[in-house]
Amino acid sequence: MAKSSFSFKTNSWLIKRKRYHEIGGKTLAFICAAMVIILTLALVYFIGTKGLAAFFINKVSFKEFFLSTEWWPDRPLIEGGPKVGALSFIIGSLVVSMLAVLVSAPLSIMVAVFMVEIAPAWGQRLLQPAIELLAGIPSVVYGYIGLILLVPFIRDYIGGNGFSVLAGFLVLAVMILPTIISVSTDSLRSLPHQWKEAAFALGSTHWQAIRLVLLPAARSGIITGIVLGLARAFGEALAVQMVIGNTRKIPTSILDPVMTLTSAITMDMGYTTTGSLWNNALWTMSLILLGLSFFFILTIKVVSKKGGRY
Amino acid sequence: MNARLANRIALSLFWLGAGLVLVLLLGLLFFILFEGTRAISWDFLTSPAATTRSGGGIGPQIFNSFYLLILTMFITIPIGLLAGVYMAEYAKKGPLIELIRLSIETLTSLPSIVVGLFGLLFFVNYTGWGYSLMAGALTLAVINLPMMVRISEEAIQGVVPDLREASLALGATRWQTIWRIMIPAALPALITGIIITSGRVFGEAAALLYTAGMSSPALDFSNWNIYSPTSPLNPFRPAETLAVHIWKVNAEAIIPDVKRVANGSAAVLISIVLIFNLLARWLGHYINRKLTAA
Repeated sequence: MAKSSFSFKTNSWLIKRKRYHEIGGKTLAFICAAMVIILTLALVYFIGTKGLAAFFINKVSFKEFFLSTEWWPDRPLIEGGPKVGALSFIIGSLVVSMLAVLVSAPLSIMVAVFMVEIAPAWGQRLLQPAIELLAGIPSVVYGYIGLILLVPFIRDYIGGNGFSVLAGFLVLAVMILPTIISVSTDSLRSLPHQWKEAAFALGSTHWQAIRLVLLPAARSGIITGIVLGLARAFGEALAVQMVIGNTRKIPTSILDPVMTLTSAITMDMGYTTTGSLWNNALWTMSLILLGLSFFFILTIKVVSKKGGRY
Repeated sequence: MNARLANRIALSLFWLGAGLVLVLLLGLLFFILFEGTRAISWDFLTSPAATTRSGGGIGPQIFNSFYLLILTMFITIPIGLLAGVYMAEYAKKGPLIELIRLSIETLTSLPSIVVGLFGLLFFVNYTGWGYSLMAGALTLAVINLPMMVRISEEAIQGVVPDLREASLALGATRWQTIWRIMIPAALPALITGIIITSGRVFGEAAALLYTAGMSSPALDFSNWNIYSPTSPLNPFRPAETLAVHIWKVNAEAIIPDVKRVANGSAAVLISIVLIFNLLARWLGHYINRKLTAA
């Protein structure tokens, strides 16, 4: 009798300890998960307040910042005072990243279709790890390759001084290839294989099956890949900064140098004093980058909701 | 007949496109490695960088990169793993988990320069640390954390559910099941994921310009006093990493042999990232074989 009550006691003590561990563990895991939310909110808050300072503290008008190309952030008052029109940077970023996607997307889709549909087994075994390895190459290295191969090539054989929109978007196009390829490949792979077989049974050729059945079916995944590529191109800083020449002008030809939002931030953030108009304008540019990446996430959400599972 | 011809043409175009991309990408890779081998010597790998004369090396930069990686991983792995455990094992469907997912997506898609600027505001200025390894490591942790959460969540979800059920049926608590059953079973996927993200961290530069800084103080590698400013181990000193060095020498260095230094640095950086990737693949296979074949 006494013995059994003793063992009952130890048991309840063990159960209690287990329950404390369980509650403690769950709480700890929850705190870590909540940390992700807190970090995101902190980031938005910090960049947001700094980014709006140019408008609310330096009283720059939205119109001047977004619609003017007059960028003299340190012009003295006698000569008309400072102006921070960032339009040429915004256009620079848009032009370079859009052109990069225009070059990269068709090629990437081709490679994705090839990997999933056409390549023999050895081709897949070769391509899959190659693409994964290339996704891991640091962007600085892509920029450096652009600087020592592409820039001199453009200068010697095409024209201009080499540092140009052309060099910028080609470097970015190569850099985002692995991103678009891997997302599109996943989406093509997840299609049920009966669809292709049904197309074949109806007498279509391989190309017809790809063009009329598989690509439309994988559309939402492919668009997601392209948007991710665009986001990566838009936010890339160093690789672009190294090859585009960084001139504050709206380009008229693809051989002209430009400056993007990211390259302006990279170059000037270290040399401007905190709180100055110039410095605050750079923070506003980073707020634009933050806003755009929200926009890209939203686009992907809408696209994948519309496209459903496949 | 026409459709068949179109089929032929289209299929050969696919071959051509894929071949072109593969040749282009591998060509670039070999170009960098080949150019770099001419610059690399033992002296180059171990001596400090020069500021005005030629003949500088990248020793401290390599050390900084690895040290920063270790610091970053010390911060990221525990938090990311626990958050992944929460997502995979405890979280119920609802607005909270949606919010966590949205945060993860936001952090993943942010340009690294923006995260770097957040690091400048928070970890460099607000904490008063200045440009330092610690500020750099925390900034990289912000970039890395969402990836780590996703990796742990997927690794745990990839474990056969029977294992969890058997463990719970034997009277183990959820917490015991997670630590004794689920995480050991998820280990191969976890390790592979961690090494691949390490490669990313190693190559990151934009986020470090204004957090870990673009300079390295003179280091004394025989000084192991962690509080000394010349000790390589001091986490509150500024530190230029290898990736940042590649950008820095091209952007603003005045040494005469920029090209040699940059070529060598790029080749070393690429080689290390490649080794990380191959190691991840090999280790994943190896542990998997050990655990399953026995």
